[in-house]
Amino acid sequence: METVITSYCSIKNNSVSVNGKTFFEGQKSNDLAAFMSSLYKQIELNYPKFFKMDKLCKLGTLAAELVIRDKPDFNAFPKNEIALVISNNASSLESDRTHASAIADKQNYFPSPSVFVYTLPNIVIGEIAIKHKITGENAFFVSDKFDAELMYSYCDLLLKNANVSTVLGGWVNVDEQSAEAFVYCVKNLNFKQENEAFLKLHSSENLQHLFSL
Amino acid sequence: MEIQEIITKLKSQIVEQLNLEEVKPEDIDAEAPLFGTGLGLDSIDALELIVLLEKNYNVKIDDPKESKAIFASVKTMAEFIAANSK
Repeated sequence: METVITSYCSIKNNSVSVNGKTFFEGQKSNDLAAFMSSLYKQIELNYPKFFKMDKLCKLGTLAAELVIRDKPDFNAFPKNEIALVISNNASSLESDRTHASAIADKQNYFPSPSVFVYTLPNIVIGEIAIKHKITGENAFFVSDKFDAELMYSYCDLLLKNANVSTVLGGWVNVDEQSAEAFVYCVKNLNFKQENEAFLKLHSSENLQHLFSL
Repeated sequence: MEIQEIITKLKSQIVEQLNLEEVKPEDIDAEAPLFGTGLGLDSIDALELIVLLEKNYNVKIDDPKESKAIFASVKTMAEFIAANSK
């Protein structure tokens, strides 16, 4: 039984592509926050909660949104059969640093609850799940670099052995001004919609290839 | 500080502290509910408002049961600040 990659989104260097085609280019001078705000407006997300998120969650939410919008049938299956598997290198370091600086001065000790809630990397999974009402399996992995073999084998296992029809997988990493997202949709061929095109077979080699584009 | 002055200041602080990017301070109705309808704030925002009061006005809420009434609107927050700031 084969599993297939049906769509993917890459965001890096202020540029966004969907299924290999350029979708949006930010201004060169844009910092990360400004770039993500521009993309938010461009896709008319209309989701006020977006502005409360940390940069990691904003990036993951935007990339997931573009993948889901590319698959009109994404909602054809029960939401408890959709799994979210995300990985990165910097964990939640950006929010960790902000929180650490807020509690560094014991004389001026005002930790922000809205920063603290983002001091775990898997919150990005929660934000995507809330936005799209996804209630299936989820996992977050931290590794030195994108581990295509791990992502392939874990997602393949879910699709073949758990009650999972679709996996939204990927790499969402933010560290200071450096940001990179690669989010993709994988399906079990049995759950593929009739006549639905797929881009590539789901394999570690193909994931690595798409990631490096 | 007069109540009206506190209300004006609070509106800006709420927009900034709660990252309400699509809301302008002047658009906030001082008597509109902060939670549920109105600004539609959530539980994390409530915690952030508690920090805002302590950090900017040195005001603490001693009895958690009072929170609902204090955070009913910007006006009730301002009244609480006026009555309790040192």
